Amino acid sequence: MYLMILPGFLFFLIFKYVPMGGLMIAFQEYDPFDGFTGSPWVGFDNFQRLFTDPDFWTLLGNTLMLSGLNLFLFFPAPILFAVLLNEVGKAWFRRTVQTIIYMPHFLSWVIVVSITVVLFATQDGGINNLLSSMGYDRIELMTNPHYFRFLYVAQNIWKETGWNAIIFLAALAAIDPTLYEAAVVDGANRWKQVWHITLPALKSTIIIMFILRLGQVMELGFEHILLLQNPVNLSVADVFDTYVYRTGVLQGNFSYSTAVGIFKSVIGLVLIVVANRMAKAFGQEGVY
Amino acid sequence: MRAYDSRGKEPEFKIVINGILVISLLVVLFPFLYVLMTSFAPREEILTRGFFLIPHQWTLNAYGYLISSDQFVGSFKNAITITVFGTIVNMVFTSLMAYGLSKPWLNGRRVLNFMVLFTMLFNGGIIPTYLVVKDMHLLNSFWALFLTGAIAPFHLIVLRSFFQNIPIELEESGRIDGCSELRLFWQIILPLSMPAIATFTLFYAVQNWNSYFNAVLYLNDSAKWPLQVFLRQMMNEGNTSLENMTTEYQYSPAVKMAAIVLTALPLLVIYPFLQKYFNKGMLMGSVKG
Repeated sequence: MYLMILPGFLFFLIFKYVPMGGLMIAFQEYDPFDGFTGSPWVGFDNFQRLFTDPDFWTLLGNTLMLSGLNLFLFFPAPILFAVLLNEVGKAWFRRTVQTIIYMPHFLSWVIVVSITVVLFATQDGGINNLLSSMGYDRIELMTNPHYFRFLYVAQNIWKETGWNAIIFLAALAAIDPTLYEAAVVDGANRWKQVWHITLPALKSTIIIMFILRLGQVMELGFEHILLLQNPVNLSVADVFDTYVYRTGVLQGNFSYSTAVGIFKSVIGLVLIVVANRMAKAFGQEGVY
Repeated sequence: MRAYDSRGKEPEFKIVINGILVISLLVVLFPFLYVLMTSFAPREEILTRGFFLIPHQWTLNAYGYLISSDQFVGSFKNAITITVFGTIVNMVFTSLMAYGLSKPWLNGRRVLNFMVLFTMLFNGGIIPTYLVVKDMHLLNSFWALFLTGAIAPFHLIVLRSFFQNIPIELEESGRIDGCSELRLFWQIILPLSMPAIATFTLFYAVQNWNSYFNAVLYLNDSAKWPLQVFLRQMMNEGNTSLENMTTEYQYSPAVKMAAIVLTALPLLVIYPFLQKYFNKGMLMGSVKG
C-alpha cells in the first residue's frame, strides 16, 4: 500500500515541498554558480527592495484593479446566465445553449488570445477590417493600454461564464416547483417569480461563491495575462506573477523575484484561509 | 422537466430571455465561425476583401502549407507525445495515491492528506520549482512537464472520495482470496471506477494538450515545443512588428487561421465525451470527503 502512495508522495515532496524550502533563497543573494549553500545571506533586503520599488505599487494597483473588475463584472455573468437559462422551457434549446456556452472553457488561453488577435489586430484583424470598410476608425484593442482591462475581463466572461454557471444551475435545479405554482396562484408574473423565488434561492450560493472568490484576489490567471502582455501595455497589465517570471526567469534575479513571489503567496494564503473561515461561518448559520 | 408554461405565458418575457441567450450564443460562436471560414480562403481574398464570413473561393492551401511545414508537424507530434504520456503519468500517480489515501486504516493518512491540501493553498512558486527542475537536470526534457504537473491536488482529492465510497466488502472478499493490494486495485477497484477514471483522464488530457507556459519555461529547444507554443510564436510575429510596419510576414492570415483550427480541433473532437462526464465530475467534486 505504501508502495502505491510512494510515487505521489515523492511528487509532492520533490516538486512541492522542496521548492517551498527553496523559498529561502529570497533571504539570500542567490547566485546559480555558488548554489544554495554558497550564496550569501542578506536577511530581508529583497523584501525591503520590493516595498521601496515604485513597481510594487503598480503591481498592487493592477492586481486590485483587475480583481475588482472580475468581481463586479465577471462574477455576476454566470449568475445571470443561469437565471436566464432556468427560464427556458424547451429542453432542446437549453441543451444547445449549454453545449455551446461551456465549450470555450476547454480551449487554452493561447487559442483564445490568438482568436482575439485575428479578429482585432489593428492592421489586419477581421473586425477592424469590417470597421474600416464601414468608415469607422480601427480600434487598437490589443495594443492600446486603455483597452487592456476591458479586454481581460471580456475574455474571462467569454471563456468561463458557462462553466462557472454550473454550480448556480445546480442550485436552481433544487428549487421546489410548487413555489412557482403558488406564486402563479397569487398572481405573480414571470419577472416577479424570478425576483421573489429564483434569486432568493440562489442567495446563499452567491454569497459563498463571492466569499471564495474574494479569497482568490491574487489569482488573476497567469497565462492569460502573460499572453496579453506587450511592451506597450505593461503599465496596466503587469501583475505579481508576470513580474516574478520576467525579473526572475528572464532577467535572472532569482532571489528578488522569489521574494516578490513569497509576498504574493503569503497574502494569497491569508486571503484564502480567511475566506474559507467566512464561508464556513455562513454555511453553519444555516442557509436562508 | 418542470412545467414551465404553467408559470405563465408572457410573450415579451420570453422574447427578452431567448433574445439575450441567442445573442450570447452568437457572441460565442462567431469567432469560431470566422476563424474556420477564413481558414479556407485564399491569401489574396483575405488581403483584398477584408472582412467576410463566406469565402468566394474555397481552398485547402493553408492546411496543405501547415502539413508540409516541419515546424508545425513537429510541434503537433510533440503535443501528442506530451498529452499521451503526460496523461498516463498523471493517472498512474493520481489514482495510486488517491486509492492509498482512501484507506481509513492507513497510518499517517491525516498527515498525507494535509500535505496534499496545503499545496492547494501555498506553493513555492515559479522560481524555486524551476531551480529544482534545473538541479535535477530535467530542463529541456518532456519529463519536466510530466513530473512537475504529475498530480493536480484537486483531482486527487475528488478521486479519493470516490474510492472511499466503494463498499469495503468488495475488497475484503478479494483480500480473503489472497489478492495483493495492487491486484485488488487493478482488478476490482479500477473496473468499478471507470466513470471517474474516464473523467479525470479527459480532464488531464485537456490540461496537457493546452499546456503552454510550462513548455515555454522548461523547454529551451524549439524542436521540442508543443503546438500551443508554435501557435503563439506564429501569432506573435504580427505583434512584434509595431516599430517596423514593413516586416514581411512569414505566415499568411489563412495559415494562422488554419493553425488555430488545428490546435483547437482535438478538443472539439473529444468535447462530446467531456460533456458527458464533466457534469458527473462536478457533482463528485461537490461531495468532498
